[in-house]
Amino acid sequence: MAQKILLKNINIPGINTFEVYRQHGGYAAVEKALKTMSADDVVEEVKKSGLRGRGGAGFPTGMKWSFLAKPEGVPRYLVCNADESEPGTFKDRYLMTHTPHTLIEGMIVSSFALGANTSYIYVRGEMMPQIRILEKAIAEAKNAGFLGKNILGTGYDLEIYVQPGGGAYICGEETALLESLEGKRGNPRIKPPFPAIAGLYGCPTVVNNVESIAAVSWIVVNGGDEYAKIGIGRSTGTKLISASGNINKPGVYEIELGLSVEEFIYSDEYCGGIANGKRLKAVVAGGSSVPILPANLILKLANGQPRLMSYESLAEGGFATGTMLGSGGFIVMDEDACVVRNTWNFSRFYHHESCGQCSPCREGTGWMEKVLHRIEYGHGKMSDIDLLVDVSKKIEGNTICPLGDAAAWPVASAIRHFRDEFEWHVNNPKAAMDGNYGLANYADPIPVVEEAS
Amino acid sequence: MLAVKEIKFSTEALKKVDEIIARYPESRQKSALLPLLHLAQAEFGWCSTEVMDYVASLLNINPIEVYEVASFYTMYHLKPSGKYVLEVCRTGPCCLVGAEKIINILENKLGVKEGEVTPDGLFSFKGVECLAACGYGPVLQIGPEYTFYENLTEESVDELLTQLRNKN
Ligand SMILES: Cc1cc2nc3c(=O)[nH]c(=O)nc-3n(C[C@H](O)[C@H](O)[C@H](O)COP(=O)(O)O)c2cc1C
Ligand code: SF4
Ligand code: FES
Repeated sequence: MAQKILLKNINIPGINTFEVYRQHGGYAAVEKALKTMSADDVVEEVKKSGLRGRGGAGFPTGMKWSFLAKPEGVPRYLVCNADESEPGTFKDRYLMTHTPHTLIEGMIVSSFALGANTSYIYVRGEMMPQIRILEKAIAEAKNAGFLGKNILGTGYDLEIYVQPGGGAYICGEETALLESLEGKRGNPRIKPPFPAIAGLYGCPTVVNNVESIAAVSWIVVNGGDEYAKIGIGRSTGTKLISASGNINKPGVYEIELGLSVEEFIYSDEYCGGIANGKRLKAVVAGGSSVPILPANLILKLANGQPRLMSYESLAEGGFATGTMLGSGGFIVMDEDACVVRNTWNFSRFYHHESCGQCSPCREGTGWMEKVLHRIEYGHGKMSDIDLLVDVSKKIEGNTICPLGDAAAWPVASAIRHFRDEFEWHVNNPKAAMDGNYGLANYADPIPVVEEAS
Repeated sequence: MLAVKEIKFSTEALKKVDEIIARYPESRQKSALLPLLHLAQAEFGWCSTEVMDYVASLLNINPIEVYEVASFYTMYHLKPSGKYVLEVCRTGPCCLVGAEKIINILENKLGVKEGEVTPDGLFSFKGVECLAACGYGPVLQIGPEYTFYENLTEESVDELLTQLRNKN
């Protein structure tokens, strides 16, 4: 059995209450950190653990924490990113719903490590039920002396508040999130300065994903070295994977990083194989923003070795044959899924969610949506396919925040790996409206020399 | 001109307003804007100009600071909607498991187009982007509580509509 850290006790009745959570060893990390460790000791353990940010970028958490500026007399903030809006991702909702104290405990030890006395959990506004769950958990923890003034008599003070968003994917981007938390439109800020220097209210701030913060408690109790033993190479620990699409058992799974993609898709412990006896066509492995891969390339590397669920293995082959772990939103498509339609759908999403500050993103996402719509609905031209590639290249790298790249990659990768399906749509507009292209020829791996520059 | 009903929070809601503003450092009360707009929408149904002006006065900020925020985020209704706004996820993963069919079914059963209100004033529906519930698709949510309905089928949509109608 694979090791579980975050979801170990998820099936215990009442684990969402303070009492039961505590009976099962909960809040031991708070006792240990506040009573026996210094703030720097906690940062050191997190560094040793090799924990990488679970929100999508995979930046080492301990390193991020050590960049936090500590000017005298200026408050510091920890802000938890619970905006969870990347299509395909629903793990943070799951964790907050079923074991909210796992997040609150992580918030307390992380705030202690960073020297924050006020911390915020920014939850997407649509998650009103989860907001209430978290507020109840905070009240319970406070009642038991784990929050508020002079926690456990150690002299450390902390308040945690839950902030609802207003419905905007862009507020998951950390600087847009901070703008939103200040009561403004969610327009990403130009960096630098980074939040570690000037974040919330201009004060030094760390923004971390729900899952990253939740993992800190286990690291504090068991030590960073123990955490680093789990996983593979620089992909240490466990990761929550949100599995959706055409599989037998969609849901949230905690895996040890390094599990093979094949086992994740086909074993009964996880996705349980493709639904309705169909065959696998393609996977978007890390949320809608990462490149889509055809079945053969997601299961195996270009050299024939099995591909693993890890930061490095999923990225192996660069943009030519690889993808990214991202937020762990694992979207599976069977032979009946239409790659063109899905790509159009995603480009509509990015167009809808672009904040509009940079013209390449604002205009480019609109163009891509429009052109993809006409290909999908039988009015496409052959030149449209290269036009899409061209627009995607003009967005990539030319914007204030990574949403531009996130909009460009799905389009560029779909055309790279499924060009024949796009061409079929252009050549057979009527058939494309009524049916789909199926599995066909997409499965030929692209030679590695074609690696994108 | 018609007499406009005075826009004012109940005593209970005003207590909540104070509680929310106290979460932020001094002079940072503008941070309370998004939570207060949610509160106002739950209380008054939608964010009319009068409602937004009222929120601005509570926070001691300019009305324009409220308008520009309310129009940026998708959750704030800037015009009256049905009593129940059925918000169906229309994003990729849900479409792989039939979300588009559910949207068509709603359109047919309610007999209105997206964004329109049924003649009885009870329902409107809207396609929204990923609701972070992709493993349980197709899904829809109904504000202001944001109750979730998962793994939708034609039958379960029927049942839901009947149940909501019977409440009224
Ligand atoms: C458009 C966009 C949307 C994002 N959405 C989220 C999100 O919903 N949740 C999240 O944790 N990180 C999201 N991120 C990443 C954050 O900017 C940030 O890197 C992350 O919260 C840092 O936490 P971590 O280091 O623990 O991963 C998003 C980034 C971009 C560019
Ligand atoms: S890249 Fe897009 S979302 Fe990001 S700041 Fe520019 S316009 Fe806004
Ligand atoms: S795609 Fe529908 S909830 Fe995510």
